[in-house]
Amino acid sequence: MGEQAFISGNEAIGYGALYAGCKHFFAYPITPQNEIMEFFASELPKRGGVFVQTESETASANMVYGAASTGVRAMTSSSSTGFSLMQEAISAMAAAQVPCVIVNVQRGGPGGGTTQTSQMDYLQVTKGGGHGDYHTIVLSPSFVQEAFDFVQLAFYLADKYRHPTIILSDALLGQMMESIEMRKLEFTPVPEKDWAVGLGRKDGQRRMIFPGFVVGSMLREYLVAVSKKYEQMKEKETRYDTRGLEDAELVLVSFGSTARAALEAFLMAREEGMRVGMIRPITLWPFPYQIIKETSHKVKKFLVVEDNLGQMVEDVTAAVTEQAQVYHLGILARHLPGPSGLILPQTIYEEVKKIYGK
Amino acid sequence: MENRELLAGRPKTVLPIPHLYCPGCHHGSVFRLIAETMDELGIQDKTIGCVGVGCHAFGFMFLDIDLVSCLHGRAPAVATGIKRSLYGKPIVFTVQGDGDLAAIGMGTIMNAVIRGEKLTTIFCNNAGYGTTGGQLAPTTLLDQKTTTTPYGRNAELEGYPVHVAELIATFKGVAYSARCSLTSRAEYNRAAKAMKKAFQKQIEGIGYGFVEILEACPSTLKLSPKDALRWVESHMMEEYPLGEFKDIDSIP
Ligand SMILES: Cc1ncc(C[n+]2csc(CCOP(=O)(O)OP(=O)(O)O)c2C)c(N)n1
Ligand code: SF4
Ligand SMILES: [Mg+2]
Repeated sequence: MGEQAFISGNEAIGYGALYAGCKHFFAYPITPQNEIMEFFASELPKRGGVFVQTESETASANMVYGAASTGVRAMTSSSSTGFSLMQEAISAMAAAQVPCVIVNVQRGGPGGGTTQTSQMDYLQVTKGGGHGDYHTIVLSPSFVQEAFDFVQLAFYLADKYRHPTIILSDALLGQMMESIEMRKLEFTPVPEKDWAVGLGRKDGQRRMIFPGFVVGSMLREYLVAVSKKYEQMKEKETRYDTRGLEDAELVLVSFGSTARAALEAFLMAREEGMRVGMIRPITLWPFPYQIIKETSHKVKKFLVVEDNLGQMVEDVTAAVTEQAQVYHLGILARHLPGPSGLILPQTIYEEVKKIYGK
Repeated sequence: MENRELLAGRPKTVLPIPHLYCPGCHHGSVFRLIAETMDELGIQDKTIGCVGVGCHAFGFMFLDIDLVSCLHGRAPAVATGIKRSLYGKPIVFTVQGDGDLAAIGMGTIMNAVIRGEKLTTIFCNNAGYGTTGGQLAPTTLLDQKTTTTPYGRNAELEGYPVHVAELIATFKGVAYSARCSLTSRAEYNRAAKAMKKAFQKQIEGIGYGFVEILEACPSTLKLSPKDALRWVESHMMEEYPLGEFKDIDSIP
């Protein structure tokens, strides 16, 4: 048993990173992510780590690029608008095959938006975000415990595949406090980082980290290699959680903090004897298409619940067979139609009842 | 190739790879200078170079050191990440063009010197964008014709040429800032001295070292290599005085 702690989702990200051996953190202030960088500002100096408050998220991501190029575990965090500023560098790290972890504690709205929660960056993180043909593994925690665990998992996956990995959190999870168990997760060994710069040229060879493809066949070779990597990620790293699929007639699909409300609605429906199931995607990329597809062979009704105007619903629609019907409950169903609020379990339950009875 | 090696020799830190520069381009000489400096200081094995985006970056190919190629304008941020992650142990420098450093990357270099990083920057000022075909840069001279100022740079519309070496010298965390040219053997030797100092300030942990080098881009100036070199003397050196703007051994 690890140590018990009562902490917020943002703090859990910080502790998780320390447990993963990350001692290099670069970030620019933004609500609702500030507690993460403040955590590192106080913890890293005590542990001989490196904390830099940068001048922008553009700089944060580029500093992570430099730090991770030396082989250390490096991380940055931000929120929506700041995360947008990082896209060029994330694309560069995918190209240069530099492993690192980037956390997006989502806020709401396009533009400056609001500092209140939402799940509006789903499409951005799962379909690229930056330019060019690339993907990153995206982990979506729903609980403070998962925020803690997934940072460790994210560093492992980043190093395993030599690739940036993203954690998609949100204001609700970031600010929420829960009791968690803090323990170091064990993973299989990751490859040596003999590609890193600054190792002192033990073999007499220079190391080059390069996010471009200037010479003739370089782009082609990269694409061949990276497409293999993406296939492996899809095959080995697709993660999800399921409930009650055995006899389900309607399946809820929901991720992140909204999945908590969906889970409650699921329990309420089961209590009432309704045969409802639930699929919670944990990796948003690679997306668990297969389990949704398989489920849709017998289940004909899917209800996607997400705190946006309809983003993951596109992936669920793509996954199901033709006979299945995909319904959507989104941000307009929040109990407060303002910048704040959330989709309540009761609202989801009412929707389930309506669709179930059809 | 062989004959030239016989004439001038090849620095240890330079790989025997032909460079890609146009005839008369000064970038090749800048990289040679960097290599000579590293040979002289004996730092090849502990130096990491960060290059920007532009013709100035292509020289990385023949530098036999660890290198990180950076996004346009971001080399000082990447260099910061490298230097700090290895707890200040390696020597880290950036090579950046005038578009890279003074336009898209101005905020990045400013903040690196504001943070008091201990890095070295070699700033290749060729009064325009070489790679993309000769557009206006913040360093383009007044009345200079470029593809995006076809009637000449007009102060009313595009402002005035920016003096980066002087600007950098005003920051407290900067230990060295100079402007050099490569227009004669004597100037080349002065540039070599400046570059050595800019690295030494970092090695000794004093502060930021910065060298601006006035360079010719004959291809976009549409001048012969020799005339382009003369143009640097007659036009660029008139706007941009050569000299050392800061040289201190401790930050007061
Ligand atoms: C974000 C971004 N914008 C634009 C470009 C296109 N671009 C490549 S090189 C360059 C200009 C380089 O000029 P300079 O830094 O002066 O280098 P030079 O070629 O003169 O050595 C530009 C605009 C780019 N690569 N990335
Ligand atoms: S275009 Fe100009 S800067 Fe680029 S290689 Fe040719 S001469 Fe040099
Ligand atoms: Mg230029």
